Amino acid sequence: MIEVRDLRREFTLTTKVGRFKRKKHTVRAVDSVSFDIAAGEAVGYVGPNGAGKSTTIKMLTGILVPTSGHVRVSGVDPSRARRDLARRIGVVFGQRSQLWWDLPLRDSFDLLRAIYRVPRPDYETRLRECVDLLELGPFLDTPVRQLSLGQRMRGEVTAALLHGPELLVLDEPTIGLDLESKERLREFLAELNTQRGTTLLLTTHDLDDIERLCPRLVVIDRGTVLADGPLDELRAEVAPERVLVVDLEKPTEGLDDLPGVTTTRTELNGLRHHLTFRRADTTAAALISAVAARAEVHDLVVVEPEIDDVVRRLYARR
Amino acid sequence: MAERVYAKLVGARLRGQMSYRTSFVLQCVAQAVAQLTELVIILVLFSRISALGGFSVHEVVLMYAIAGTAFGIADMVAGQLDELPTYIRTGTFDVLLLRPLGTLAQMMASDLHLRKIGRVVGGVAALAYALSHNDIAWSPFTALLVVVAPISGAVIFAAIWVVANAVCFWVVDGQELANTVTYGSNAFTSYPTTVYGPWLRRFFAFVIPGAFVAYYPSLALLDRPDPLGGPALLGWISPLVAAAAAVVAGLVWRTAVRHYRGTGS
Repeated sequence: MIEVRDLRREFTLTTKVGRFKRKKHTVRAVDSVSFDIAAGEAVGYVGPNGAGKSTTIKMLTGILVPTSGHVRVSGVDPSRARRDLARRIGVVFGQRSQLWWDLPLRDSFDLLRAIYRVPRPDYETRLRECVDLLELGPFLDTPVRQLSLGQRMRGEVTAALLHGPELLVLDEPTIGLDLESKERLREFLAELNTQRGTTLLLTTHDLDDIERLCPRLVVIDRGTVLADGPLDELRAEVAPERVLVVDLEKPTEGLDDLPGVTTTRTELNGLRHHLTFRRADTTAAALISAVAARAEVHDLVVVEPEIDDVVRRLYARR
Repeated sequence: MAERVYAKLVGARLRGQMSYRTSFVLQCVAQAVAQLTELVIILVLFSRISALGGFSVHEVVLMYAIAGTAFGIADMVAGQLDELPTYIRTGTFDVLLLRPLGTLAQMMASDLHLRKIGRVVGGVAALAYALSHNDIAWSPFTALLVVVAPISGAVIFAAIWVVANAVCFWVVDGQELANTVTYGSNAFTSYPTTVYGPWLRRFFAFVIPGAFVAYYPSLALLDRPDPLGGPALLGWISPLVAAAAAVVAGLVWRTAVRHYRGTGS
């Protein structure tokens, strides 16, 4: 679905030195990026601000022309076949709208139908599906400027899907949304990916998005790919520790010599213990029974490393 | 097909504007008043002088009326190109690039300054007045010219608008420069070309084909020879000049968008 080889993009910046002098220098926003995304995948493209995420997205969607390298999206070269590509993919930008500000949502959709020349039956079906799943019904006739951000984003996603794209690219789709709106959107996107097989590529700062939606992660920083692989593998590689949190019936001391435990932390006067262990050394089950042998367990939970943590460690590793 | 989309976009914009009806009506009136104020200036000017660049008051009003109508139409259709810097800065232009349509057409369709209809109405009223107070050599050809001249003029103005605003792809705050050319050419075309110095005249007549908006067509309508010695044919070729201007504008826009996608923002 997406094929990227040695993708590079440079920008020329001009800075003022003195009254009339200008100094030009070249910045590489994206440098030798390569990856492939197969049809039906859901991939998270993450990295800190200025890492080159948006520049990559712009090259994949045909907005920007690469300085060098090879890109194929949906079988076409985005920079040469911009309009052709536009019909095959859907794009959602979290921070810019593609809806008409002072028109009701319904009118925006109707305009997009005309722009993309979507046959009416297809349009009706897709719109009905989105209206049902995203619950657009109550505000379908409200001008976009009066919608809340959450409502608008649901509208934006619908707008990007009306022409039935095989690939949906989302640039920070959940930015600024409240928890409920985020969750609703994630649920919808997950279903879109698994039920309809629409390929997803999304950039985000909210790593819960990734956790929920993307089995695979491409991490980029300063224009180059730092890591590419399943979230679980990345996590095992750079953040192999898990934490078993146990609440005991009675305050207990001395759980730090359990086999496989690297560090411990005690809370609530010994009622709660945080036991860090490596998955290579022991299993959660073995550890739980070891704890149970020493004290009566009231409650327990196994905490996986936060995905931020994974990414942070990847950045630190370079 | 593309025209249907355009019509739809424009229709949608109109509905959007109509949602503030009173404000819309007031704006239309304001535009008509603005247009006719410029006419008053000409009349005041002529209360002190009897001829301007060799033309009488009614002849100047004729030029002013053709130019004003043409500018009003152009402003209505292409005026939202003034929004280009905002589109570029906020990234809205990128959204246009994500759609399977040309960017210039989308830019033009992104809004229709319908309130400028006031300007067009004011211009047409002035035109009616000028036609009845001048000695027009009426024939099927001149009658056709009366209709064609403001339209060709509008195309010329729109082309100027496109070229001037395309500058914003290189210099994001190039708006002031663009305005100088767009609104400046309106001011220029409202008066006989003869009042300007030779260099300015040549620049506005041929580089920016402003003289073809009103000056030359008016000469043809009045059946007057060009005091500057241009052939009488010049009065009739505005549509050709307009077509050429449109082609040039299209090419400039394409180059500009290419530059944008190559260099980005």
